[in-house]
Amino acid sequence: MQTSENLLWLIALPLFSSAILLLAGKRANSWGHIMGTIVSASTFTIGIIEFFAMQARSEENRAVTQKIFTWISVGSFQVDASLLLDQLSICFVLLITGVGTLIHVYSIAYMSHDLDRRRFFAYLNFFIAAMLLLVLGDSYLNLYVGWEGVGLASYLLIGFWNEKPAYATAAKKAFVANRVGDVGLSLAIMIAFATFGDVSFSGMKEGVDQASSTQLTAIGLMLLLAACGKSAQFPLQSWLGDAMAGPTPVSALIHAATMVTAGVYLITRSNFIFDAAPIAQLMVLIIGGITLLFGAIIGTAKDDIKKALAASTMSQIGYMILATGLGPIGYAFAIMHLLTHGFFKASMFLGAGSVMHGMKDEVNMRRYGGIGKFMPITFLTFGLGYLAIIGVPPFAGFYSKDKIIETALNEGGVKGLILGSATLFGAMITAFYMTRVVILTFFGNERWGHKDEPHESPALMLIPIGLLSIGSVASGYLLYKGDWLVHWLEPVVNPLEVHHKELLPPIVVSVMAVVVVIIGVAIAILKYRGEQTDKAPEQVSSLTKAARADLFQDSFNEAAFMRPGQSLVKNLLNIDYLLIDGAVRGVGSVSLSAGNKLRVIQNGYVRSYALLMVVGALALIATIWVVTA
Amino acid sequence: MAVANYLYLSAILFTIGAIGVVVRRNSIVVFMCIELMLNAANLAFVTFARINSNLEGQVVAFFTMVVAACEVVVGLAIIVTIYRSRRSASVDDASLLKR
Repeated sequence: MQTSENLLWLIALPLFSSAILLLAGKRANSWGHIMGTIVSASTFTIGIIEFFAMQARSEENRAVTQKIFTWISVGSFQVDASLLLDQLSICFVLLITGVGTLIHVYSIAYMSHDLDRRRFFAYLNFFIAAMLLLVLGDSYLNLYVGWEGVGLASYLLIGFWNEKPAYATAAKKAFVANRVGDVGLSLAIMIAFATFGDVSFSGMKEGVDQASSTQLTAIGLMLLLAACGKSAQFPLQSWLGDAMAGPTPVSALIHAATMVTAGVYLITRSNFIFDAAPIAQLMVLIIGGITLLFGAIIGTAKDDIKKALAASTMSQIGYMILATGLGPIGYAFAIMHLLTHGFFKASMFLGAGSVMHGMKDEVNMRRYGGIGKFMPITFLTFGLGYLAIIGVPPFAGFYSKDKIIETALNEGGVKGLILGSATLFGAMITAFYMTRVVILTFFGNERWGHKDEPHESPALMLIPIGLLSIGSVASGYLLYKGDWLVHWLEPVVNPLEVHHKELLPPIVVSVMAVVVVIIGVAIAILKYRGEQTDKAPEQVSSLTKAARADLFQDSFNEAAFMRPGQSLVKNLLNIDYLLIDGAVRGVGSVSLSAGNKLRVIQNGYVRSYALLMVVGALALIATIWVVTA
Repeated sequence: MAVANYLYLSAILFTIGAIGVVVRRNSIVVFMCIELMLNAANLAFVTFARINSNLEGQVVAFFTMVVAACEVVVGLAIIVTIYRSRRSASVDDASLLKR
């Protein structure tokens, strides 16, 4: 395999920049954001150079590595801190650095009134470095470092405005939920080490034939747990909605386009494990299916525009996870949906940020309405993202989502029926809630209740949104054309047959997908046309109430984990108090009372001491006598 | 006369001394009782030297006498000092250590 000297710079540049921004303090206030953006842009440039260099090479020689140093060397076990750039990671590198750079540019304007803008850019750069390490690591241990790094960056950025207690709590919640997933990843690494004696991707891939199916299933399930934590999948999904406490660019970059898709990357990267562990693969399908419906249902009832988009993100990642569960052919479509989703969801989040910017940070869609004519460019770009996500041909989401639905249906049998109807139903709900968002925000009567008209955002914010919305129009077709992405990823994910069994012709599936989208849009238009009030209706069905309460995810976590955990701690505290403290206090009081009894002897009279000595001597003699006799 | 009788005498003298230390209050008398106990021990040493036909016991008796002489010097000095400060030679009055 070829080596490259450029890979380290991808990680080192943003890492150094982040360190400089954090250490320089106020001195960097005037130029910190510019340096952060330039550094991010230069990583994107390196990514582009590497991409074209990779494309120019023949297929077998495309992957490049770079060994940085030997990290762990114990006997025959050796882990290098080395980087691997192959066809899969380059997709992520381009997405992370490309979208990341646009969001840096956007943040310059979005955060311009924030006193802590420099710190914000330091964290963003740190995130870029950690995320690139995650996708470039050539072993699970290297990946783990990046995995923890993005978790930290996510925590810091969700709680960026930590002077508000609710935001700090949201950051903590995200961190804790991620820790549960991280335990899964560390267990997976430990089992992998016990099974293969190696934790590198290439080494484990070679050893997969010798491993038992139980071990592979265990690794697969633990990796799935890790993916659930990072990608906000059922049952660890509850943190994503609260993560919207962070600044909107963060929601766009970390909690829509890149970090939350790390779970999809993890499963795709571990394709050799999942292909050999059918039970784990089935679980992936189930989790993906549940989450795509779960997120979609929550999305229908959210009035907070960012939380509606977050629920949508959860649902779309559900699609990706489901696709990765479909075996070799599904991985490519999962990555395809991931890339197109990165464009249109980031574009919509930034659009939401633009709306909030013009609406004095109002997030409640019930207080929007009719913004389209005041913010035409935001409206246009958001509209393009909207058409992409609901899957209107020829926008990006159509190609990627259609492929997933098609592959799911082609599974055949009951499995294909369930998965196919879940994905189709999900597509319908997606069309419904996204139409709802668009109607409530950009159409209808004005409900914001103050005289100031919303103003369009500055060009520095509109240009990144515009570029992203171009991506959400074009990326789907570009990736789909001639199965480009499928062939590109072939060496990594080994699709056994690119066009496997076809139960339904693709055109039928496409028609079905478009029909359900039209149904979803029509329902939303019927329901939300005409005058709206700025209050959410009180008299609603119990399903709507459930969806408003996030399908009781927090109540469930509270009842299943928080309360039992609290009572466990309380009981442990009691045990500690009674048993352990009791023993210590018991020793103390016994010595004290013994001392009180014994001090009677110490009466200060010489004669009494002398008597004691005599008695003692006699006792000694008697003892010696008894013992020797 | 059996040599063992000296041992009985020594034991009796020691017991008298010990009882005297415990029951008497006058520090001079207590002091003399201590001397009595020391000399009872000396008698026992000498008797054992005689029984075993060697000189070790006799040598130890000399050491005891030297120690006893030193003790007399120090002890009497303490008693005189206490008497001067407290106008009393009773050992029960000198119970300051308790407080």
